[in-house]
Amino acid sequence: MNFHLKVWRQKASNAPGKLESYEAKNIPAEASFLEMLDIVNDDLVAKGQEPIAFDHDCREGICGMCSAVINGVPHGKDRGVGTTCQLYMRKFQDGETITIEPFRAGSFPIIRDLSTNRAAFDRIIQAGGFISERSGSAPEANSVPIPKTIADEAMDAAACIGCGACVAACPNSSAMLFVSAKVNHLNLLPQGKPEKHRRVLGMVKQMDAEGFGNCSNYYECEAVCPAHVPASFITSMNREYTVAAARKSAGATG
Amino acid sequence: MTLDSKIPAGPLDRKWTTYKNNAKVIAPNNKRKFDLIIVGSGLAGASAAATLAEQGFNVKCFCYQDSPRRAHSIAAQGGINAAKNYQNDGDSVYRLFYDTIKGGDFRAREANVHRLAEVSTSIIDQCVAQGVPFAREYGGLLANRSFGGAQVSRTFYARGQTGQQLLLGAYQALEAQIARGAVKMYSRTEMLDLVLVDGHAKGIVTRDMVTGEIATHAGDAVLLCTGGYGNVFYLSTNAKGCNVTATFRAYKRGALFANPCYTQIHPTCIPVSGAYQSKLTLMSESLRNDGRVWAPKRKEDCGKSPADIPEDARDYYLERKYPSYGNLAPRDISSRSAKEACDEGRGVGPGGLGVYLDFADSIKRFGQKTIEERYGNLFEMYENITGENAYERPMRIYPAVHYTMGGLWVDYNLMSNIPGLHVLGEANFSDHGANRLGASALMQGLADGYFVIPYTIGDYLTSQFGKKVDPRHPAFEETKLQTTARVQRLLDVKGNRSADDFHRELGLLVWDKCGMARDRAGLTEALEKIPKLKEEFWSTISVPGSGESFNQALEKAGRVADFLEFAEVLCTDALAREESCGGHFRTEYQTPEGEALRNDEDYMHVAAWKYEGDGVAPTLVKEPLVYETVKPATRSYK
Repeated sequence: MNFHLKVWRQKASNAPGKLESYEAKNIPAEASFLEMLDIVNDDLVAKGQEPIAFDHDCREGICGMCSAVINGVPHGKDRGVGTTCQLYMRKFQDGETITIEPFRAGSFPIIRDLSTNRAAFDRIIQAGGFISERSGSAPEANSVPIPKTIADEAMDAAACIGCGACVAACPNSSAMLFVSAKVNHLNLLPQGKPEKHRRVLGMVKQMDAEGFGNCSNYYECEAVCPAHVPASFITSMNREYTVAAARKSAGATG
Repeated sequence: MTLDSKIPAGPLDRKWTTYKNNAKVIAPNNKRKFDLIIVGSGLAGASAAATLAEQGFNVKCFCYQDSPRRAHSIAAQGGINAAKNYQNDGDSVYRLFYDTIKGGDFRAREANVHRLAEVSTSIIDQCVAQGVPFAREYGGLLANRSFGGAQVSRTFYARGQTGQQLLLGAYQALEAQIARGAVKMYSRTEMLDLVLVDGHAKGIVTRDMVTGEIATHAGDAVLLCTGGYGNVFYLSTNAKGCNVTATFRAYKRGALFANPCYTQIHPTCIPVSGAYQSKLTLMSESLRNDGRVWAPKRKEDCGKSPADIPEDARDYYLERKYPSYGNLAPRDISSRSAKEACDEGRGVGPGGLGVYLDFADSIKRFGQKTIEERYGNLFEMYENITGENAYERPMRIYPAVHYTMGGLWVDYNLMSNIPGLHVLGEANFSDHGANRLGASALMQGLADGYFVIPYTIGDYLTSQFGKKVDPRHPAFEETKLQTTARVQRLLDVKGNRSADDFHRELGLLVWDKCGMARDRAGLTEALEKIPKLKEEFWSTISVPGSGESFNQALEKAGRVADFLEFAEVLCTDALAREESCGGHFRTEYQTPEGEALRNDEDYMHVAAWKYEGDGVAPTLVKEPLVYETVKPATRSYK
């Protein structure tokens, strides 16, 4: 198969960028989207030209590192089943023009080409996305039974791979789906209850500080999420936040 | 040179307790005087960094990914073993220990494996307390599943994403320590060399992958938690970025590399479909419960649609060769049999490298709905990748490199032969012998990080009071200059071949000669070809761009350069081990029935290789394996 690519090239964070054209020739239909980029890059490198920089690692849809906006859709989710690495070229028409851009959000500065800095997500986790527990101090694992339904719902939330497609898809660049996934994962579990108020307050505060926008119910996040995290978690988080904020304003600590 | 494994004296089941009772501890006010460097943020690295930081040490942690949450531990699917005996089915610490020793074909250290089995139960407690959402029964208690190589049900799991959930638990604990200021995290930073001061590991040289800055970091001890070397084969189930650089650089500084020839091949992966392929995708072994493996009897049939090959022209070779285990024969046997069929020219699919895994009989027996319930997600994944519907035509499968049991040699303290250099998780060699059981990799990574190193690191650190190294010591600048020169050398070649291209060629060679089956002639040939490829690499590699920027071509080239050298050590070890055991199968050493033939008399030892200089063969240092408790037996699956 042959494709006409328009790829965002940008040398550094502070450098101007633009779409440049490349021809991807003789691409096997069985190749993945990233393998198509590998073929184009191999050719560029052999000619002594700088390859297209893009983030990727596990190439099996779980690490959350790959990140591209394909024809306007994060991960090309309209044609694929999950992350960019799980999209295969047979889903495209021979001769098609494909536009490839980085995840775009003010809080995800571009490092180079398609590669972005998503460290803001790590800082949000630092603001409360954990359960404080010292190694070796845990009680016996079965001493606290957890209803299966609660454990399953926590797992639905914990499935988030932290890729940031939700932010890239949102017209407001909101990170509410990402934040709510972690808040729900931990606040649902009995082990996460002691810190639930400070967790939600801390994480939302950091989310705002990082410059992510608010949720105004576009549901674009849910549509592109490769881990199928439902937007209903945002509602639950808002409820958790309201309670925690009210308690705080009433003078509660912790 | 002799190796002291520092195994504590006393009966096997008391060794770890005795060790802990006598371990050298460091007072809280002294812990903050020590700076620890941890390279890697997977299960071993993140759990070690979080635990040591909460104890009061100053930790610097490094990872090449953009966030510690992305380390490849995240991709482990199946589960984690622990001797909880929640099923009341006869499990115990001893049984987990024995299964692991036997699975490793009696090539692991008894004391290390027993300690692993002992701490396994604490890992589950720890992870549950962190909020890892393990699968549960309706009564609210933890669920278990069974896994290969064991007759009890002891595997804990979180859907098919156990590695992800365990890593996120460790990652979150790490982020909490970063927030406290106890850990300084360096993401998108790659370790390029180890700094030795008076023979002790006292720092590392790194490259900031965004700015290209080469820097040095000084510490009182260095912990490598950098995973395995499966990507020496180019195609494997590892992440693209996984590499051998950290451990190989340490090897070149004098650390011994132990048992590199022990590599694990997983039998059920989606086959290679062309030269462009960048990685192999694993599919759960559970598929073999309901699928029948076969290849055409005649070469002429290979190109036909499987539906056009009549029953009597099919060779259900596992059922034929292993009537009692059939399609459930162990990983190594199943993998080797697929290779044999393909070597005979009876493989199917692109390049003839595949065999069929056929569900037609099971669909007939149970109905498609039942098969869908059992394996629906795997059939979907297969269709997404191959475009083929496995309900209608058999799946094509082929074995792929999955895990590497070899690694840097460590003693009972997890310290290498270089004082101060500690090695955890897949990067060390210590617990899995010649073959690893399913659901044991996660267990080892977390055991080392949460429960072993916090006790054992004191043995070295207590000898270092008042010996803090000055970061201006000339060794730092000297090592940094060597690294800078090496990076520049890669940039200066300005040839016309990409690093990926060399990597593919190396991978094909190593897979062919040192993959599922090895022999003297093939290994000798590989050892002649690898240096030539290395020479060609250094004269024709193309690395466009500069060293002072985000340059992925440069990152790849540096890693491939190390794989090229490491491949020689791998083949040297495979050639020297004249027996078959676990993941190492030498065709010259097999029983008349084609089973692995171990040679306990001559090879019951750890083979640790010492670097002697470029272009010079490494020397072999042996650590004899002494079995005090178990009696090595022959594995049989007939």
